Amino acid sequence: MSQQHNQPGFTDQSLIRNFCIIAHIDHGKSTVADRILQLSGIVPEREMRDRFLDRMDIEQERGITIKSQAVRVPWTYDGQEYTLGMIDTPGHVDFNYEVSRALAACEGAVLLVDATQGIEAQTLSNLYLAIDHDLTIIPVLNKIDLPSAEPDKHADEIAGLIGCEPSDVLRVSGKTGEGVKELLDRIVVDVPAPKGDPKGDARALIFDSVYDSYRGIVTYIRMVDGELRSREKLHMMSVGTTYDPIEIGVISPDMMPTRALGAGEVGYVITGAKDVSQSKVGDTITSAANPAKTPLPGYRDPQPMVYAGLFPIDNAQFPELREALDKLKLNDAALVYEPETSVALGFGFRCGFLGLLHMEIVSERLSREFGLDLISTAPNVPYEVTAEDGKVHIVTNPSEFPEGKIKKIVEPMVAADIITPKEFIGAVMDLCQEHRGTMSTMEYLSTERVEMHYRIPLAEVVFDFFDQLKSRTKGYASLDYHEDGEQAADLVKVDILIQGERIDAFSAIVHRDKAYSYGVMMTKKLRELIPRQQFEIPIQAAIGSRIIARETIRALRKDVLAKCYGGDITRKRKLLEKQKAGKKRMKMLGHVEVPQEAFVAALSTGESANDRDTKDKIRAAQKSEG
Amino acid sequence: MRQPFEVYVHVPFCIRRCGYCDFNTYTALDLGEGASRANYATLACLEMRHVHAWQEAHGIHEPPASTVFFGGGTPTILPAEDLVTMLDTVRELWGMEEHAEITTEANPDSVDREYLHTLRQGGFTRISFGMQSSVPHVLRTLDRTHDPRNVIDNVRIAKELGFEVSVDLIYGAPGESLADWCASVQTAIELGVDHISAYALTIEPHTKMGRQIASGQIAAPNDDDEAAKYEIADAMLSEAGLQWYEISNWAAPGHESRHNLGYWRNVDWAGIGPGAHSHYGEVFNVADPEQQDAKAGVEIAASASTAEQACSLRAWDIPHPRVWAVALANHRVPWQGYELISAAENAEEIIMLGIRLHEGFDLDAFTERTGRRITNYVVDSLVEEGLVTRDGERIIATLRGRLLNDLVIERLLDSLE
Repeated sequence: MSQQHNQPGFTDQSLIRNFCIIAHIDHGKSTVADRILQLSGIVPEREMRDRFLDRMDIEQERGITIKSQAVRVPWTYDGQEYTLGMIDTPGHVDFNYEVSRALAACEGAVLLVDATQGIEAQTLSNLYLAIDHDLTIIPVLNKIDLPSAEPDKHADEIAGLIGCEPSDVLRVSGKTGEGVKELLDRIVVDVPAPKGDPKGDARALIFDSVYDSYRGIVTYIRMVDGELRSREKLHMMSVGTTYDPIEIGVISPDMMPTRALGAGEVGYVITGAKDVSQSKVGDTITSAANPAKTPLPGYRDPQPMVYAGLFPIDNAQFPELREALDKLKLNDAALVYEPETSVALGFGFRCGFLGLLHMEIVSERLSREFGLDLISTAPNVPYEVTAEDGKVHIVTNPSEFPEGKIKKIVEPMVAADIITPKEFIGAVMDLCQEHRGTMSTMEYLSTERVEMHYRIPLAEVVFDFFDQLKSRTKGYASLDYHEDGEQAADLVKVDILIQGERIDAFSAIVHRDKAYSYGVMMTKKLRELIPRQQFEIPIQAAIGSRIIARETIRALRKDVLAKCYGGDITRKRKLLEKQKAGKKRMKMLGHVEVPQEAFVAALSTGESANDRDTKDKIRAAQKSEG
Repeated sequence: MRQPFEVYVHVPFCIRRCGYCDFNTYTALDLGEGASRANYATLACLEMRHVHAWQEAHGIHEPPASTVFFGGGTPTILPAEDLVTMLDTVRELWGMEEHAEITTEANPDSVDREYLHTLRQGGFTRISFGMQSSVPHVLRTLDRTHDPRNVIDNVRIAKELGFEVSVDLIYGAPGESLADWCASVQTAIELGVDHISAYALTIEPHTKMGRQIASGQIAAPNDDDEAAKYEIADAMLSEAGLQWYEISNWAAPGHESRHNLGYWRNVDWAGIGPGAHSHYGEVFNVADPEQQDAKAGVEIAASASTAEQACSLRAWDIPHPRVWAVALANHRVPWQGYELISAAENAEEIIMLGIRLHEGFDLDAFTERTGRRITNYVVDSLVEEGLVTRDGERIIATLRGRLLNDLVIERLLDSLE
């Protein structure tokens, strides 16, 4: 490793360049980042781990970066050593706010686009976010080594988007390393140096905060003004807490304690705080002795957009689930949860997530890292329900839906941007229409691809919208969405009754037009999933007291082994013992035994009403309504 | 005095294998190592001697046999003299009760008057014919090749020779209508036999029929259809004076199969022949099973006998006749494996077998035998749900409780905890 000249805390702002990389999942951001580390000499080739920056297993497998990191990279240009702060940004829409904080920590952004794919909706949305933050954009096409790369075509597209010449678009290959040196030179030349006040009161922006099981909370900061010293008490301006920092330092590429961090530098602080909610993304750190007067702008608490119940299949695992959530929370300030009891599913937690991906990641980590077997209920968005008496309820769970007459229901809306090849415009329009979307505008990004703008209820997006979008566009379309106010809507709560008993876990709040298809599909699914029992089991869907769909599981008439002679006895006894063990995994709903698998299958999304019987039944139910 | 003692002799040969059959049977004439049809009686008699020696060496002194049953396969594929030879060996080794029940299963095509006469002379008392159905297309589906007229003729001859006669029926074959089934039951009744077994067709995945169903060539039997057919059979047979005494068996009073009742009453029996199971209610001083496995063959060491150390044993013969023959040649009891039945498992078996019977399940006797008790709550709720009736300390499955017998068993087992 070469000795760095510029030392943390003693580096002139004019030699600092802070940048992030904006890229879609799979467009090769981590590979390019790895190349940069390697070229700069701070990671020797033999120590190069593939995709050095993504440390969590899930991230590696899914090819996404959930938590950003910031690496200090030396780069010599024209005989002068510069200090590059490379900030890794999360790529997915659920982490939009975190992206915006990461962008606020930079002066430049590398827009990295796969030369075989072109730009995607989320990248575009992050690009606009970067432009909003006045970042200098360096457009780059990656994967030019691939035979299917079309750099000329996509360079035109990008040039059109950001208003540059196609020849300004750099071409690199993270795989071979081609063009990466030129990219680093270009960063030094084009990205402005930070312009904070080195002599002012210390102000540092928290752009990320992670829980490390060895070090506790590691808070990533960008010094804006002044400097912070390692022995100085720190103050979090929004949370209002004060800490004796255990350590401050930079990452290059491992954690390196330093004596100070100066204006313009990117580094970390270990505060000794117990969980990341004590060290929130967007907050401003200042010196407790000489506090700044005003915090940096833009702080806000992350707001959950999607709620779902998580229940351990084995209720005895409830304490473990609580422990696991507490641990995840250390690492994920956006995760909120409170205990919930379901008649059908027992004890669990109602959890709030930033979005669907966030929810998926949390449940996957719970099962993978903590070995928990979970059932998750259908995702729910927060509704504002006004009862007839004028009382307003915030409903994040169908069970909170008020009984009786409803005056008004307001649901959250999102602005959705969808980029698709033009041959799928019709398919996308159909899909958005089915999901109660209204189209605003549509722009051609190139002769081949369009960006369509829709306003859609969030509830429609969080269910199976993304899967359907992918399947109807052969995987080509990409989606980005952000909050966009709310609207009043004709929504109803559909309950599912098994043998006359309402099963809370299956209740859903849906648009009145979709109540029938939800009811028919759910009752049919359950009829298939619940084994026949010694009595007839009616399965009904209802809005209030009105039944809108009904299926019947006929009574079991025969459950007996015909032959049981000398040679059959051992086998028969073992079979009975096995069945008995199986019964332990059954939930009793009234007198009805329901296998756990039925809950899991019934609550899984993605099954649409395509068979004839389902369609007929939905039609019949709607007629009886009319 | 031990419980009644029974002997089962398995004859693992058939002319051809039926599509639904998953019994241990072979169609080859000679399977090697002396395991041929011609040599079979000799080998079976050899096994009886090994088994008898093993019993004596382990302090198991069985009373004279109360029943002997030849099943298969097709026992009547062997010469009648061979069956008689095997029976003689049972008599020689264990003795025979005065009114012992001696049954053989018979294929209606493989016997005639002379054959049956030889059996009768040799001491056989009961013939169980595999009739299955009287409807030609159902017989074809079942791969049964016999001529329905042979059933009528041979049943008549057997009755004339003084045998008790039973016929077996199978319901639920793909394509069998309710009318087909009624016709078969009616035909069986008109034979004037004193015992009829009726079995729901049970599909095992690895049989020819199992594969045909898996591949969609033929329809799987339907539980509701089979339930209806069971109800039909029970009604028609009762009307004809045959009373159910076990889920799949009906008999004129006094003509129940005593041998089969023994299985459900959990008595001792020695199983002879490839794949046959044996059961001993009490064996003593059982040595470490691991050690026994390591030796050639299964030996269960026993010497002194105290009731505290007793437990039940079930063992099963090596299924393949050739391997079985080799074990015999090595002077082994040709068991492939065995299990020692724990007290808890024994209780489970008593329940699951007892509740199949019309004589019912005796709550007091159960408690006496096992030290466990079925709660009144469960019995009351089973009565209330119409699954069992209660007669003093006996509970007896109703028609519904017979069709949902596994469910009744489950509830009874649950109540043990």
